[in-house]
Amino acid sequence: MKICVCVKQVPDSWAEKKLTASDSTLDRAAADRVVNELDEYAVEEALRIVEAGEGEVTILSMGPDEAADSVRKAISMGAHAGIHISDPALHGSDALATSLVLAKALEGRGFDLIMFGSESTDARMSVVPAMVSARLGLPQMTFANKVEVSGSNLTIHRVTDYGYDEVQSSLPAVVSVVEKTNEPRYPSFKNIMAAKKAPMETLSLADIGLDAATVGLANAWSEVKDFAERPAKAKGTVITDEGNGAEKIEEFLVTQKFI
Amino acid sequence: MSEVLVLIEHSEGNIKKVSLELLAMAAGIGEPSAVFVGPGADAAIATLGDHGAKTVYVADGQAFLDHVVVPTVDVLAKLVAEKSPAAVLIPSSADGKEIAGRLAVAIDSGVITDAVAVSADVVATQNVFGGATIVHSRVSKGTPVITVRTNSIAPVQSGGSATRVDVAAEVSAAAGATKVVNRVSVQKSGRPDLSEAAIVVSGGRGVGSDEGFASVIEPLADSLGAAVGASRAATDAGWYPHQFQVGQTGKTVSPQLYVANGISGAIQHRAGMQTSKTVVVVNKDADAPIFDLADFGVVGDLHSVVPDLTARVNARK
Repeated sequence: MKICVCVKQVPDSWAEKKLTASDSTLDRAAADRVVNELDEYAVEEALRIVEAGEGEVTILSMGPDEAADSVRKAISMGAHAGIHISDPALHGSDALATSLVLAKALEGRGFDLIMFGSESTDARMSVVPAMVSARLGLPQMTFANKVEVSGSNLTIHRVTDYGYDEVQSSLPAVVSVVEKTNEPRYPSFKNIMAAKKAPMETLSLADIGLDAATVGLANAWSEVKDFAERPAKAKGTVITDEGNGAEKIEEFLVTQKFI
Repeated sequence: MSEVLVLIEHSEGNIKKVSLELLAMAAGIGEPSAVFVGPGADAAIATLGDHGAKTVYVADGQAFLDHVVVPTVDVLAKLVAEKSPAAVLIPSSADGKEIAGRLAVAIDSGVITDAVAVSADVVATQNVFGGATIVHSRVSKGTPVITVRTNSIAPVQSGGSATRVDVAAEVSAAAGATKVVNRVSVQKSGRPDLSEAAIVVSGGRGVGSDEGFASVIEPLADSLGAAVGASRAATDAGWYPHQFQVGQTGKTVSPQLYVANGISGAIQHRAGMQTSKTVVVVNKDADAPIFDLADFGVVGDLHSVVPDLTARVNARK
């Protein structure tokens, strides 16, 4: 079983995030950079599948030079190898370009499972796994909170608003997992040391056979016209409860016609 | 006037409110055409016409129930090729975003997710980073594919009627690659869906226990006909199920009224609710950052204030 987990380096979800004034892209320096939290569930799930049978887990990430840290971090959970796609021309790439790059990098490598977290905590689009599935022509087995591999068959529980759908496909397939699918492990000391020596491929666009004119900010399929910080909300009324707190809220809700 | 395709989200013909909102939004761009896939169209067409749809494209069949997302993408891609619409509007649900993503790949067009407004010249407004930043963006290649959040615009009843046009639905190889073998409904609370609710009552660390949610938060929610939400502190502590978490890594809500009880207002939480129209806060700590978002706030113990409020709301009925 060969599994590739795609991870994204994102600003810490507990920090304020900003856009860069000059080109409206994410200000990556404004907050600590971490592995997208939801991707850790995908790494954990991949490790469990391999540990229950046999195989290897590879971590793939597209991002600037610093994203190599996130690949190593993800490997240190117990994965075996990393692929980092880094190229100055990728700056400002949108989801369509990202999915193109990932699909191109994955092509022909013979992975049985390609796994993702269901969304990134910065852009929160939730579209890249579906796009990669479309580009590679592989079954889209997304929003899973349960993943079961049996021989060359895959069954997932796809989370829905009424509960879940039990969905089946053959392998290879593209899987995304939702938050709380499992409990991601902390890297052990042994695995942190092993991650430093794990094989890591660093690839440019040319290495994966993509023309720089297909990606990046200038070639994106959509563009930011302008952006602004939300104006601070006008200060509301705050009172201290002296036994009349509920009565005051009731009055407020009445004036606002909620009750 | 160009058509604007609106994907109708429904459950066996019961149209979700967001679909009617999208028809109202589409009317500001061009001529709204509803796209209804799966069983149940007969009962829906009059309602869609009454809410501004001039045409309802209907693709019926078991395929939409048997396979994940792709059959719907195939229908939309075909309609885009035939009708050259000004835009395609899709609800910003989990399915909706995946449909939008695959459609964008299929028709080689740009995609914008989580819009809260779309102008006549198809510029989308998004509240990103949990509403801290307002972005205007547009699709620069192909037919704009835009997913729109619930509660972004009010539905408009126009009193019109729609023409039904049937569209053939074939199962492509990509669509057939996944098979839904079982649909499992988990027990519903009877409360409105968190992401669609007009009122959300939320609890955080200050609630103190799962019992606190059952005896304090849920009764207030029920008195207001509201959905229940929880902060990450509360779901991580196991006091309330994870699917009700509001925040950066949970659900994003934008209700008319958000009542935050015992929630400090870390960015993690604010990111999921700060575009709520009206915010009421109950918290013991007068310095809690959540008060910055409050239209009305009470510094006090939620365990006395909230039950009192619940009794008062119930007494008014």
